[in-house]
Amino acid sequence: MALESIFKPGRLAFIPYLMAGDPDLETTRAILATLARHGADAIELGIPYGDPLADGPAIAAAGARALANGITLQKVLALVSEMRASLPPLILFTYYNLVYQFGLQQFARAAAGAGAAGVIVPDVSLEEIEPLRLALGAHTIDVPLLVAPSTPPDRAARIAGQSGGFVYVVSRLGVTGAGTAPDTKLLRAQIAALRAATKKPLAVGFGMSTRAQVDAVRGVADGVIVGSALIDAYTGARGEDAARRVSAFVDALAVSD
Amino acid sequence: MQPDALGYFGEFGGRFVPEVLVAALSELEREIESAFADPAFWREYESVLAEFVGRPSPVYEAQRYAAAESEATFVVKREDLNHTGAHKINNTVGQALLARRMGKKRLIAETGAGQHGVATATVGAKFGIPVDIYMGAVDVERQALNVYIMQLLGATVHPVSGGTKTLKDATSEAFREWAARVHDTFYVIGSVVGAHPYPYMVREFQKIIGVEARQQCLERYGRLPSDVVACVGGGSNAAGIFAGFLNDPHVRLWGVESAGEGIQTARTAASLNAGTVGVLHGSRSYVLQTAEGQVKETHSISAGLDYPGVGPEHAFLKESGRATYVSVTDDEALHAFYEFAKTEGIIPALESAHALAYARTLAAKRGREDLILVNLSGRGDKDIAQIRGLARPVP
Ligand SMILES: Cc1ncc(COP(=O)(O)O)c(C=O)c1O
Repeated sequence: MALESIFKPGRLAFIPYLMAGDPDLETTRAILATLARHGADAIELGIPYGDPLADGPAIAAAGARALANGITLQKVLALVSEMRASLPPLILFTYYNLVYQFGLQQFARAAAGAGAAGVIVPDVSLEEIEPLRLALGAHTIDVPLLVAPSTPPDRAARIAGQSGGFVYVVSRLGVTGAGTAPDTKLLRAQIAALRAATKKPLAVGFGMSTRAQVDAVRGVADGVIVGSALIDAYTGARGEDAARRVSAFVDALAVSD
Repeated sequence: MQPDALGYFGEFGGRFVPEVLVAALSELEREIESAFADPAFWREYESVLAEFVGRPSPVYEAQRYAAAESEATFVVKREDLNHTGAHKINNTVGQALLARRMGKKRLIAETGAGQHGVATATVGAKFGIPVDIYMGAVDVERQALNVYIMQLLGATVHPVSGGTKTLKDATSEAFREWAARVHDTFYVIGSVVGAHPYPYMVREFQKIIGVEARQQCLERYGRLPSDVVACVGGGSNAAGIFAGFLNDPHVRLWGVESAGEGIQTARTAASLNAGTVGVLHGSRSYVLQTAEGQVKETHSISAGLDYPGVGPEHAFLKESGRATYVSVTDDEALHAFYEFAKTEGIIPALESAHALAYARTLAAKRGREDLILVNLSGRGDKDIAQIRGLARPVP
């Protein structure tokens, strides 16, 4: 419920993604604060996993740097709990094996205790999502689900029905990464079909990296998720320096204009 | 056995992949259903295996290898005699035929040692389908000869530099590549791993090993084996030979994992013996992982067993008690490798040497009436440079 309220009619919500602990937690703190000041409506926080099947090179490398720095699920939850009061709603983004080893119920309790508003686990399909959705739902944490360009329409409708907070519309085939631009025509058709199936907000992600791409979904989608390009913007820098690069990147993207 | 509608063998299996791949897995599932029910499909599969691969592979009595310690009859199933030198080709022939049926324009595959890559490149050449192989950068260095063979066969080899730069990362990369080209690309997985329907499909293509071996034992010895032994990496050669005997409750099934330097050390690849239940590469099974769920780096003297996961059907056979999973160290496997070459005139693959090592200790405990069947999954040509490089004198 909390997540749905970040979407406002006639306005494109901005949901940046960054990897927690890349390259260290100080940098993540600085970037989170910057994103909050620069109009992020919610923030996706990646929890690093060594074998991220849905991620391209930028996010996979960010995860590897965070892991090399000893970042664990526990440490990310501690960071969430420390900073959430000063931030927009936080959505944890990670892979199923980390959650599974933590224990679904324990994870739901810990995520709720830390104050997370949502959890995205991209390698759990519709057929497998029920236990996770129920565990997190018991703590009023939303579980947004992904719809891909390859998803058949009837399945997309079922996914939208189960999705919590918003529907994550994957803009193109493949994995995350600021490589090829989404095909705007296809995306519009995909979104039109989803509108017919659901009243839930639709946020577009995967490959969104430039102002032109953002402008192309304005008036079409309800929100835009920007990950790899933001990571590219701060990679190589630390602390306040990284945060300054992020603020320049976010200003140039101009989602909230 | 058949997995259930969601792809589970008991509580193992399933489909843990990004949504972008789900439609392709469903498409494959439908295609399998129609192909497997089509006698013409199996006729073509069998004719390719007969004429191109050289099936049926014989069973061979390896009594000199077993003799010192055993009264039991000791036979090996000669998958090493297959074209390209291992069981892997049974599976790539089947998947290439499916890819052609589905009109796919490109094959992709992961490979560790290069055996599955070579087997995929081979069928790509035979059927005229372009092939892209994903291989960890470390393996590209270690297995330079197989890289060259794949190139000779017309395939493109892509080194993968993420993570540990080995099979696990090559597999992840192949999944990502599939996600980007899911419409025209067929992902040829090399073992009974991955998301449903892969573990089931690959098992069905390797089942011919067990079906043939069962018939050969009956014809030659008038009885079924007392024990069937196979090495387990991802588990495809074991699943294939076990499949012939699952309904014969008196036949004991043994899967042999690579203990590496020991299952209590960090340098092991014995997922069923030293791992815990987790999710890797699309299915729930045993995984070598940290308490937090990060997949561990593995070690085995044999590249084909050096993988942190294992097929879900094996996890189920372990839990149900139908099969028993043991492990053999690098040194024990190496010893069997040398012994088998000297006593039988056959140089086994290092993977298969794990099965031979365990089977010999088993043979010492069995009597005159017993018949031990070992899957000799491949030949050792590919391992000779490595073993020669160990700089130990031949014992
Ligand atoms: C000869 C041989 N045996 C066994 C294996 C292990 O695979 P699986 O457990 O799927 O049979 C390999 C893998 O490369 C192999 O080349």
